[in-house]
Parts: sequence; structure tokens; C-alpha cells
Amino acid sequence: MPESQLDTARDQGGADPASSPSVPPARPSGSGSRAASAPGGSLPLPPAAGHTVTLERLNAYYGGRRTIRDVDLTFAPNEVTALIGPSGSGKSTVVRCINRMHEEIPAARAEGRVLLDGEDVYGPGVDVTTVRRVIGMVFQKPNPFPTMSIFDNVAAGLRLAGVRGGEMRERVHQALRAVGLWDEVSDRLGSPGVGLSGGQQQRLCIARTIAVEPEVILMDEPCSALDPIATLKIEELIDELKVRYTIVIVTHNMQQAARVADSTAFLLDGELVEHAPTEEIFTNPKDERTERYVTGKFG
Amino acid sequence: MSALAQPAPGSRLHADRRYRRRRLLSRAVEGISTLAAALAVAVLALVIVSVALRAAPAINLDFFTKDPAPFGAPGGGIRDMIVGSAILVGIASAIAIPLGILVAIYTTEFAGHRVATTIRFALDILNGVPTIVVGIFIYGLLVIGRTQSGWAGALALSVVELPIVARSAQEVLGLVPRALHEAGLALGLRRWRIVLRIVLPTAAGGLLTGAVLGVARVAGETAPLLFTTSIFSTFGTPTNPGEALPNIPVEIFSLSESPSPQDHARAWAAALVLVGFVLIVSIVARTFNERSRRRLGS
Repeated sequence: MPESQLDTARDQGGADPASSPSVPPARPSGSGSRAASAPGGSLPLPPAAGHTVTLERLNAYYGGRRTIRDVDLTFAPNEVTALIGPSGSGKSTVVRCINRMHEEIPAARAEGRVLLDGEDVYGPGVDVTTVRRVIGMVFQKPNPFPTMSIFDNVAAGLRLAGVRGGEMRERVHQALRAVGLWDEVSDRLGSPGVGLSGGQQQRLCIARTIAVEPEVILMDEPCSALDPIATLKIEELIDELKVRYTIVIVTHNMQQAARVADSTAFLLDGELVEHAPTEEIFTNPKDERTERYVTGKFG
Repeated sequence: MSALAQPAPGSRLHADRRYRRRRLLSRAVEGISTLAAALAVAVLALVIVSVALRAAPAINLDFFTKDPAPFGAPGGGIRDMIVGSAILVGIASAIAIPLGILVAIYTTEFAGHRVATTIRFALDILNGVPTIVVGIFIYGLLVIGRTQSGWAGALALSVVELPIVARSAQEVLGLVPRALHEAGLALGLRRWRIVLRIVLPTAAGGLLTGAVLGVARVAGETAPLLFTTSIFSTFGTPTNPGEALPNIPVEIFSLSESPSPQDHARAWAAALVLVGFVLIVSIVARTFNERSRRRLGS
């Protein structure tokens, strides 16, 4: 079992890695590089042992105001967990606490523990940029870097962490194949990333995220800015990605949760109301508030 | 059948008196503001045309390529002043542009809110300090007890240029969307890397605009140079900043004080050179600005 990524950073005292020890090497694709491609040019992803994320008594504050209240939640490895709930219920905040993006907002803080395979990402001496390399995030509005080409966008996380040359190129190509963009962009890797359509841009952002080989992928309403066809493509992609990563997806679209997620958690006013296999949440919810939400009585 | 009183046939769609008065007022204000805009443009045109007309007798190739003629003699040019100004502005910009951009990066990326506000305020005040005060300040610092020098002149210019570059850079950096920062952070990149490889390239066009405008501004500043590099020789073409360097603004000043009408024409010609420089530089700045606006808007 590979040493915990967070330990590596701690041993280095949080020094900025000039070489790439804290970016995990590309795991060999099981069937070799000549594997048959699925339509779209995507390669079936080689599976990888999953990672568990556990939230223990998570509380989040904006200044003095507590917006997430005592949340205990476990995200099972190699599964997709959806967070649903009305606007303002704290879904995005919970997810941003997992990769410690929440604390980037001035006067925002989190309390409690977020355990990645048993190790607290808020623990003393933990390097926050390493946490974010290991727990990746895809945002609601696709945000490719405007001054970079398609290739450079996917390579951004690698290049700026010291991976170079042939290995970098290989991983960029793998990532583009994995998200199904390869056929569409392989002949124009040098053209600007912002020249793609919305759905393609979002897949580009996902490729950028997986190029650094995270263990967990957080997705904050990744499809809400996209059209239905693009949404479908990304949902298919999520289904393929989970063999390799643990995925948490925030969505305000219950149908999407039903399509994509293995288990679903319902949040209301910053509290976790119920967490159950997706089918149960929608057909047989245990809590009355969950039932009212999923049947559309509010939200 | 409606219970409401029907308006007279045909008048429903016509403007009533109240509306007509409002429309007249709207047209009057439109007219006045158009006139004001035309006036502003006309003033600029007037300046350029009148300078060009008065400069015409003295503009020829020699003007740009020769030393000033001895007093009263015809011919001669401001070659040394062009070279000197280029050196002074070059040194000043080499100081002010990197410093200004760094200050802007600090206040927009790393400083806390209160510190950033204080620095912004200080820069605004520095921007408002009269350039003659800057000139006297550097005079007291570097010239008294020694001699005038190009270094002193360039330093004085850089003090004027710094707040211009810094404030404009702050505006541009502030326009870079937070989404880009977040994307970089979420990838696990360190802050300085995000600034260097993502934020700066995105803001590059606007930063360049600010730098270029700063250069245009100080190219014509006279007061800072009056105290620091105004007594110079034109033997050969001086390029050593250790001595006072000839420069265009001070030359305009001295030429205008001369009794010779040829010198006056030369002063106008030198002024035209400055105006031309500012014009070209402003056009260049606009082009960079368009590029940056396109990037940030996408």
C-alpha cells in the first residue's frame, strides 16, 4: 500500500517539490497502450483501489455564522455519492471543506475532522496544497486557463509540479482519452482551451483534474452550466471514472443524482438529514423532510 | 363595452404634452453632451495642429540627427536630447514598471484587506504629489553637494511613474476572475505559481497598457528634470547617466526662453516630437488593452 501522500509532504516540511515525489507516478494501464478504444477515443480507465473520505462532526463558519452543523458522513471508495438539497443548504460548503478550499474565503473556517483513508486533512503539519493535489475539484462553470492551449491546460497541474517531458506528454494524452476528448482535439492540442464548447471545456477541466492522479474527485454542480447532451456525456464519464476514483458530486438536479450516484446524502440548512443508497432515498426515504424534498414539495 | 373613457380617435399613440416636454429635454441633453464630446476632441485636434503648424519650419531630417547648433546659428537638431530622454525614461521605467507591478501583485494577491487599502491610498497620494515637489525632493537627496546626473533625473521620473503603473496594474489584476485562482488552487498549485503562470499571463495585456501609459506620461515631465538634469553639455552625444543628460522637455523650456525665432521654431518642433510620441504610445496601449479585454472576457 503506497505511503500516504500527506505524509510525504509533511516529511518535506511542506517545501515546494522541485521534482515530482508528491505527484504519484502514472499507474500502468493494465492492457497496454494499444487497448481498444471506446467510441469517442476514450480508453477504459484502469481500476485503482479506492479511497474513503469520512467527515466527522464537520462544522463550517463564515465569520461568526455557522453554516454547516455537525455533519458526519462517509463517502465510500470507488463510488459516486451525490449531495442534494435546496439552495443554501450547504452542499457546496461541505464539499469545499473536503479539499480545504473553504478556508480560502476570508473569515471562513472549518472545525471537525475530514479523514482521507483515516488521515485528517486538517491535521497539524498537513500541507494544504498537497491535500488539494490528492483531492481534486471540478467547478460549476468550466474554467480552463484562458492563456493556455488545450495541451497546456491539461498539463498545468503536472508541469507546475515538476513533471516534464515524455511522462508529462503521456499523461496528458491519457487524460484526454479518459474523458473522451481525444478524437475531438488530438489534431489541435495547441489551440486555445477556451475555444472549445462548454461541454468540451468542462471535460477539459476534468482531464486537467485527473492528469495529476488524485484519489478523490469533488464535483460542484459540474453540469448545471451545460446543455443536456453535454450533461449526458459527463454523466457517462463519471460512471467510468469511479472505477479509479472516489467521486462526490453536488447537484441540485435530483434526476441526475438518480442517474449517476450510488448513494445520496440530503442536506438541509447545513445539517445532514439522511444518507442512503440512491434508490432508497428516492423511493423510500426515512425522514419526512427528505420525502418532502424528493417529491418536490419544496426546494 | 369598456367602462373606461375612450381617448379621441388617433391620439392614443401620439405623444401628449408632458411626454413631448420630456422628449425635448432628452434631446437637449443629448445635444449638449455631443457638443461637449466634440469640443474635447476639437481641443486635442487644435493642440496637435497648432503645434504642427508652428513646428513646420524646423522639422527636417537634420532635426532628428544632428546636435543643437551654437547660439543663433541655423540648422542643428535635438538628436542628443532624444537619446538623453530615451535613456532617462528607460532607466526610470526599468525601476518603476517592475516595482509597480510587484506592488500591485502584493496588494491584490497576498495582502490583507486593510494593508491593501492603505497601500492603494498611499499610491493615490503619491500620484497627486506635484512633480515639482518630486524634483526638489530628489534634488535635495542626490544633487546638493554633488552634481546633477542622469541617475537623479531618472529616479525623479520613476517616482512619478511608479503610482501610475501600480494603480493601473492593480485594476487589471483585480479583473482576473476568481475562478482562475480557484482552478489553480484546486489543482494543488502554490500561490506564487498561480500568480506567475496563470494570473500574470491573463492580465498581461492590461499590465502592458499601464506600463506603456506610464512611459508616455513621464516622457514629457519637465519639473523633475529641471532640478536634476538641466545643465548639460552636448559635446558628442552624452549617454553616461553619471552626468546630466540632455532631454527634450528641458530643451523645450530653454529654447522657448531664447530670443531667437529659430530657437522658438525648434521648441515647437521638439514639442511636436513629444506629442507624436504620446500619440503613438497611446495607440499602442489601446491595442494591448483590446487584447487583454478579449482574454478576460472569454
